[in-house]
Amino acid sequence: MADSSWIPYLLCLIPLLPLAAAGVTALARPSRRRQASILTIATLSVAFVLALVLFVQVVGAGGGEAEAVFRRSFNFTWFEFGASSLRLGLLLDPLNAGMLVMVSFVGLLICIYSVGYMKEDANFARFFGFLALFSFAMLGLLVANSLLLLFICWELVGLASYLLIGFWYQKPAAVAASRKAFITTRIGDLGLFLGMIWLYSESGTMLFYDGGAGLLEASSLTHLTTTFTIGGMALSTATALLIFCGAAGKSGQFPLHVWLPDAMEGPTPVSALIHAATMVAAGVFLVARAFPLFAASADPDVVSTALQVVTWVGAITAVFAACIAVAQTDIKRILAFSTISQLGYMMLALGLGGISAGIFHLIAHAFFKALLFLGAGSVIHGCHDVQDIRRMGGLRRFMPLTFATYAVGMMALSGFPFLFSGFWSKEEILHLAHVWPVSSLPFYLALFGAFLTAFYMTRQMAYVFFGSYRGSHSPHESPGVMTVPLMLLATGAVLLSLIATPAWSWFHHFIEGGQTHFEMAAIFEGWGLMLLSIVLVGSGVGIGWWLYGRQVLTVDGPDALEQKVPRLYQALAQRLYVDEFYEATVIRLQRMLACLAEILERRVWAGAVMLVAAAFRAVSRLSRNIDRSFFNGGFDQGCSSLRGSGGRVARWQNGDIQTYLGWIGSGVVLLLIFFAWL
Amino acid sequence: MISLPIFLILSAILFSLGLFAVLSRHSMILLLIGVELMLASANLNFIAFWRFGPHPEAMTGALFVLFSIAVAAAEAAVGLSLILLIYRHLRSTNPKDVNSLHG
Repeated sequence: MADSSWIPYLLCLIPLLPLAAAGVTALARPSRRRQASILTIATLSVAFVLALVLFVQVVGAGGGEAEAVFRRSFNFTWFEFGASSLRLGLLLDPLNAGMLVMVSFVGLLICIYSVGYMKEDANFARFFGFLALFSFAMLGLLVANSLLLLFICWELVGLASYLLIGFWYQKPAAVAASRKAFITTRIGDLGLFLGMIWLYSESGTMLFYDGGAGLLEASSLTHLTTTFTIGGMALSTATALLIFCGAAGKSGQFPLHVWLPDAMEGPTPVSALIHAATMVAAGVFLVARAFPLFAASADPDVVSTALQVVTWVGAITAVFAACIAVAQTDIKRILAFSTISQLGYMMLALGLGGISAGIFHLIAHAFFKALLFLGAGSVIHGCHDVQDIRRMGGLRRFMPLTFATYAVGMMALSGFPFLFSGFWSKEEILHLAHVWPVSSLPFYLALFGAFLTAFYMTRQMAYVFFGSYRGSHSPHESPGVMTVPLMLLATGAVLLSLIATPAWSWFHHFIEGGQTHFEMAAIFEGWGLMLLSIVLVGSGVGIGWWLYGRQVLTVDGPDALEQKVPRLYQALAQRLYVDEFYEATVIRLQRMLACLAEILERRVWAGAVMLVAAAFRAVSRLSRNIDRSFFNGGFDQGCSSLRGSGGRVARWQNGDIQTYLGWIGSGVVLLLIFFAWL
Repeated sequence: MISLPIFLILSAILFSLGLFAVLSRHSMILLLIGVELMLASANLNFIAFWRFGPHPEAMTGALFVLFSIAVAAAEAAVGLSLILLIYRHLRSTNPKDVNSLHG
């Protein structure tokens, strides 16, 4: 093995460069718009190049014969307290090498796009500062080799997300959405935090890999699986489930998905970067990173409880969100629900044991969903800030570039056969679900989700790009600084499909180790399944087109689906009343508790406090009076009388010689009288 | 018949007038004049006690008064020059204004 001492420096530099950009932007004057954007883009470009260098290093090292998976960890002591110490570390393995390239590349493209999209905004420099801060936190999250370091970056991406959702803080909806996102994810993070502390108290380390002593290595896992806690649950299961809470919150898994659609109140590049491509994938990444913990089980033949939970949550989320996406009319909200659904697919893949399938879907999804969001941003920009798809239509004539790239994204997302990355990643997930020993229901859920995905994307395409234009302002194509990133992402979405086909499943072996062979015949191994999914996608597109493509769409008229099944459509349009449910239960309970607390506070605690305060005040007043009248009184009086008499005596010596003389004269007279009388 | 008490009464009246002038006038020049009056009354006393005394032939009283007048003249010169200086300094000869030793 070649000398690898330079790797940790690169691992440090990749997150620290954007941090430096964020710091400089924060300190510089807000009027330095150009400098802020150039600095952010430059540091992200360098980070991208460095990530590529590391990626090549990992790819080069992974080619060895017996080498399982290339993995290097670099640990250091943060601080010591007593005998124990807290250690942090950096890690490089195929999982995060691929993610680093993806995050820095997509982030870079989105920054370039933002130069065009945010051109008119007054807080342009602040926006780029936040983007840089986010990039720092996200890249730091990827390179962390310590659950603690990961958690710190995890919270920092949450903060960046909060700041960027509420970027347009003059909009009450944006402020409410940012608060909702922050609080909802915090509920999940509480679980992650508890899991982290529990793991630390049990194993005394928070490092993932530490030369055999890390959390995810054999000795620690054995300890965790053989220790039992409440209800006979293995400790590994309990902590894995707690960690999954955090992952579910961040990745918008049911039932903590409610914040993600609202997060679309932020600027569109933010939706693309944070709420589609990178941050929401952090939850998936965390599960993939901690996969040995999730999979750990005392009996190797049984699928661990934690993985089963992940599978079920993923499958339910995938279908649930896809259903809701069918009935939304806001272009970004459709994509948001689609994101939730796809994140469900990723979780499903991880739960089924397919790290490479999940991560490949993550990376492919990052490309085509960033593409779709940026395309949606371009559409919104071109239609003068209209987001309602019913007020669009026929845009393929006005915005050909956006249309072409959007179509690529749509086909990748729906899983059009062969050419697009989404097809192969979804195929692998379906295959895994098909052979899952526990239940076959997730498989059918995933199939249904695939059908729905094709359906709602066709509906959206029909509304936005086909038919005739229904808005009031005439639309225009976006500038080159916005369309070029679109084209690059579209290329990526197509090219990515090359590395994960069954014929040449390079990515699979890159993540999980092993040798890659080119085998054309492998494509047709699971042909029955493939045919089934192609038919489903085809029927989704077909039904979508049949419903929305053939007839003239109107702005105010009922949706085509609404005419067929009005009540179902209404329920879906209201997002299946999850928000209302929370409003009626959790939030109302919270409010009642708050009321109760207020009453307690006001009547009981405040009363007690006031009573004590009154008693103290009475005592102090008494003491003051005693002091004043008794102790000070005599003294003060003595002082003032002394001062008064001194003043009066001093007044005699006024320097007036005539007065002096007068006294002398009268004194002489008195003396004379005295002597005469004697 | 002119006798000693008449001189003493005259001298007492003179002294009283001088004292009154010193105590009540608002100009230092008038004060000085008052002082001269008192001095004159004292001189008159000297002369009277000498003339009606046991040794009127010894001339001691007249001599004493001559000295006294000379000293009074010197005193008046010093007083007048002080008053001038004070007037230059304070633009006032009112003794009520001169109540501080600090220049």
